[in-house]
Amino acid sequence: MGYIGEIFVMAMTAIFIQNFVLARFLGLCPYLGVSKKLDSAMGMGMAVIFVMTLASAITFLINKYLLMPNELMYLQTIAFILTIASLVQFVEMVIQKNAPALYKSLGVFLPLITTNCAVLGVAILNTGALRSDGVTAYNFLDSVLNGFFSGVGFTVVLLAMAGLRMRMEMVELPRSMKGMPIALILAGIMALAFYGFMGFKI
Amino acid sequence: MTFSKELTKGFIKDNPIFILVLGLCPTLAVTTSVVNGLGMGFAATFVLLCSNIIVSMIKGITPSKIRIPVYIVVIASFVTIVDMVMGAYLPGLHKSLGLFIPLIVVNCIILGRAEAFASKNNVLMSIADAIGMGLGFTLSLVVIATVREILGAGTWLGFRVTPLTYDPMLIAILAPGAFITLGFLMALINMVKEKK
Repeated sequence: MGYIGEIFVMAMTAIFIQNFVLARFLGLCPYLGVSKKLDSAMGMGMAVIFVMTLASAITFLINKYLLMPNELMYLQTIAFILTIASLVQFVEMVIQKNAPALYKSLGVFLPLITTNCAVLGVAILNTGALRSDGVTAYNFLDSVLNGFFSGVGFTVVLLAMAGLRMRMEMVELPRSMKGMPIALILAGIMALAFYGFMGFKI
Repeated sequence: MTFSKELTKGFIKDNPIFILVLGLCPTLAVTTSVVNGLGMGFAATFVLLCSNIIVSMIKGITPSKIRIPVYIVVIASFVTIVDMVMGAYLPGLHKSLGLFIPLIVVNCIILGRAEAFASKNNVLMSIADAIGMGLGFTLSLVVIATVREILGAGTWLGFRVTPLTYDPMLIAILAPGAFITLGFLMALINMVKEKK
């Protein structure tokens, strides 16, 4: 299988088979918090794709050229979270200055992303230290692509969830099921659907 | 505001999971068994306790503009300690919690308590708050894990509690079961609250 094939497998794995939200339980707070309206879900999704791709690139470089040669692997968690926090802050400043239109649509979501565990999660998974599926550490391009596709996977289910929840607004529900409980049960049914993808061997 | 009130509010009134709906990622991911739930709960409680103490101690000298990065560094240091200690003494638990140990850093409960409580109150109150919230978190994890483990594996804390003829519903310990269990538990709590 050529390199294009490998990238395709990686995309399918990140988006459908090992979906960040529904199979790995990462990024649940924005998934349940920002999925009430379709347009804000879109904004959040785009911001997450952007930050996850960038964070994958930068944490890879920090891990490879700063932590590993100096045997500082135990500082990984601290180094990664600081990188992500400053990256988000930096991106926010750059966008605000150079692309005010983009800032208007993404701006409010950026500060929330620092504590989105999907971003730190993808950075740690890329290093290969905690992968259960036996894949060893990714190289630079793989890490960036994995970050991008994981972000896409997050956005896909976030949008689907927002669409579903907007329809659920019109449904008569028992009072105690309204809001969070029904959102969780919807997510469970969606996870069940995504579970079907796990049987695929590619 | 008394010590005992701060200590007990985390159990029911301000329960971090069922009422405040914070820290859902570890909640859903690790509650496949009661042992994992307990491990995660105590690890998070330890980090919360230590970070609350430190944040409360340095509240006078932390510049308010960079307080969030400061809190994150404090939390991340204690998470690293938990990660290393658990890896050394409880390798089995460490392996089954996996990614979610380093991810305690971004658990909104811990950062939330640092920002909302420890940065405004003295050390003693912060300790009470941390213990209460931490144990409330642990208790919720154990409740969810109890439902999932009994339904999904027929055991509790590893001991068989269902009759041998019970065929475990595997779905309860898989990903979809996590969402559905928490959804129904929250609905149940809402129902009890309405009755009052």
